[in-house]
Amino acid sequence: MKKVFALVMALVMVLGMFAGCSAKDAATATEAPNAAAPAGAIKVGAIGPLTGDYAIYGSAVANGIQIAIDEINAKGGLQFELLSEDDQGDPTMAVNAYNVEMEKGVQVLLGTTTSGACAAVAAEANKERVFLLTPSASNPVVNEGKDNVYQVCFTDPNQGASSAQTIKSLGLGTKIAVIWNNAQDYSSSIYQSFMAKAKEIGLEVVSDTTFSDDGNADFSAQLLDASEAGADLVFLPIYYTPVVAIMQQSDAAGYGFKFFGVDGMDGLLAVEGFNTALAEGSYMLTPFDANKSDDLTSGFVSTYEAKYGVTPNQFAADAYDAMYIFYAACQDLGFTSETSPQDICEAMIPWMQSYTYTGLTGEGMVWTADGCVSKIATAYVIKDGAYASVG
Amino acid sequence: MTMFLSNLISGLSLGSVYAIIALGYTMVYGIAKMLNFAHGDIIMVGAYICFTCLYSLGLPPAAGILASVVVCTLLGILIERLAYKPLRQATSLAVLITAIGVSYFLQNLAQMIWGANPKSFQTVIPAGNLSLLGGELKISYVSMVTIAASVVVMVALSLFVGRTKMGRAMRCVSEDKGAAQLMGVNVNLTISVTFAIGSALAAIAGVLMCSAYPTLKPTTGAMPGIKAFTAAVFGGIGSIPGAMLGGILLGVIEILGRAYVSTELGDAFVFAVLILVLLIKPTGLLGKKIHEKV
Repeated sequence: MKKVFALVMALVMVLGMFAGCSAKDAATATEAPNAAAPAGAIKVGAIGPLTGDYAIYGSAVANGIQIAIDEINAKGGLQFELLSEDDQGDPTMAVNAYNVEMEKGVQVLLGTTTSGACAAVAAEANKERVFLLTPSASNPVVNEGKDNVYQVCFTDPNQGASSAQTIKSLGLGTKIAVIWNNAQDYSSSIYQSFMAKAKEIGLEVVSDTTFSDDGNADFSAQLLDASEAGADLVFLPIYYTPVVAIMQQSDAAGYGFKFFGVDGMDGLLAVEGFNTALAEGSYMLTPFDANKSDDLTSGFVSTYEAKYGVTPNQFAADAYDAMYIFYAACQDLGFTSETSPQDICEAMIPWMQSYTYTGLTGEGMVWTADGCVSKIATAYVIKDGAYASVG
Repeated sequence: MTMFLSNLISGLSLGSVYAIIALGYTMVYGIAKMLNFAHGDIIMVGAYICFTCLYSLGLPPAAGILASVVVCTLLGILIERLAYKPLRQATSLAVLITAIGVSYFLQNLAQMIWGANPKSFQTVIPAGNLSLLGGELKISYVSMVTIAASVVVMVALSLFVGRTKMGRAMRCVSEDKGAAQLMGVNVNLTISVTFAIGSALAAIAGVLMCSAYPTLKPTTGAMPGIKAFTAAVFGGIGSIPGAMLGGILLGVIEILGRAYVSTELGDAFVFAVLILVLLIKPTGLLGKKIHEKV
């Protein structure tokens, strides 16, 4: 009896401790979004990593769509419901999630979140004629040869080339080091286009190193290589999680590099516990700036922060835009909860090519027949812990 | 030359982290004869507790470390009671699969509590570095503390197992559980203490690891956990000095491999070592071959 009592007490104390710690952060977890779906709602499917290493990106996408849906549903008129499935960023799980969603009667797909998984789902969606508008899968392999797959984010090659161009034209560095993630489609394809452009415009790359996971990596060898090669700027075509580690380790070793990142670096300043002084003077390309003061951005950011307890990154913003694009399509084309996915797909394809959208992540966005978006990648410099325009 | 030394020190520092984690693996394996694959995730919990104390509650680093050691110790005992003790008589495969289950449970629990967003761990050790050879060679304080801590932990653990009554009980249980019980050793208590110590080590490893490599997320412990397991096997699983040696060698191999052969293959080197050891010397560097008496 005494033992049982002790055990229960231990359990209660441990749980109490967790509960105490979590009061502030608990809200960041993704909530089940389809709690109270209105009747006759159009079913929107999202697939993305809600758990595992890439959970932050999939959750951001699901949350961004949910906020857009809440706003739209509150207006009355057309009603929407989000069905969100977890794929952990894995192509096989993503295809399973796709099958589950189609069985549940999803009419259009906004996602998947990550490129590798999206390519697998896109192949299925292309066969079955389901329209796919991905907020964030930026690799060209996602929509290559598929007429019904469109992107809201700009493509990787586009970003790599713009990065090289920006570094050259602003004179940010003369000897460039690149640290990229060779296990990731996103990073590899930005890297390749960056290298091609750098060669073309005569930008000298002196150190080229890789790593292979987003985890708690040790970057001392890569940073040392860059330092020995005399690099003055390190180009980081990677997500922001490893950027945190790279900046901290570079600072501890006292290298004093200048950093240049791409849209995956967005979110860096919002990392809890990150010393933003380390990012001071770093440059990045991003379509979304959470500190912008226009009504659309500030409204979205404050709703998001109130609901999920964190500042939205560009994944959430792209997802929010994706939902509004589909909403516009529903209004123009008269979709209802009865319209079949195939009918939606065939109507969406010509519509997308004639549509112009202005939202959180860009003005006057238009799409090519390949499904790629044209929008401008703006360069920002990090100043006093916030994005500031360059120049 | 200084580049080699820099890399060597990075390797020693990374290796020391692996060593402390591997000590926990090896203790539990040596005494309870089970592979606790949830060990890596206890590291992650330790780091989160310390992060919460420092960042959200604003406590001093010492309190953060103490809190994470206490919580992880309790968590280790609790996991052992709830998940492993009922399986004491079951096949080792059942225990192994349970351990993997506990690992996923902890990861998802952490995601529920702290969210999927990565945190940047605030180091508990002053940032900065010691310049040697006229500024050519820089050794960060974090590296020095990590290396020193792992040596202290190993010595303390060796003394505990070799010199105390509880340590003797552990060695008895390790050799023959049934006979130890007949001789009046409290086997359950001994195994609980083993888990408690292993988990406390995991907490220390978590704090040190995240001080050196500051990104903290629910899957933070998974990869280092597996590498430390490799280190424990490399050094001879069950052997305390073996875990230490294996951890340090593995860290050095990983960093030197990355620096001089290919950055892409850093992890591949680590696991290639595991395969080689299993082929050439299955008992590990310092492992003893045990002859079954018939």
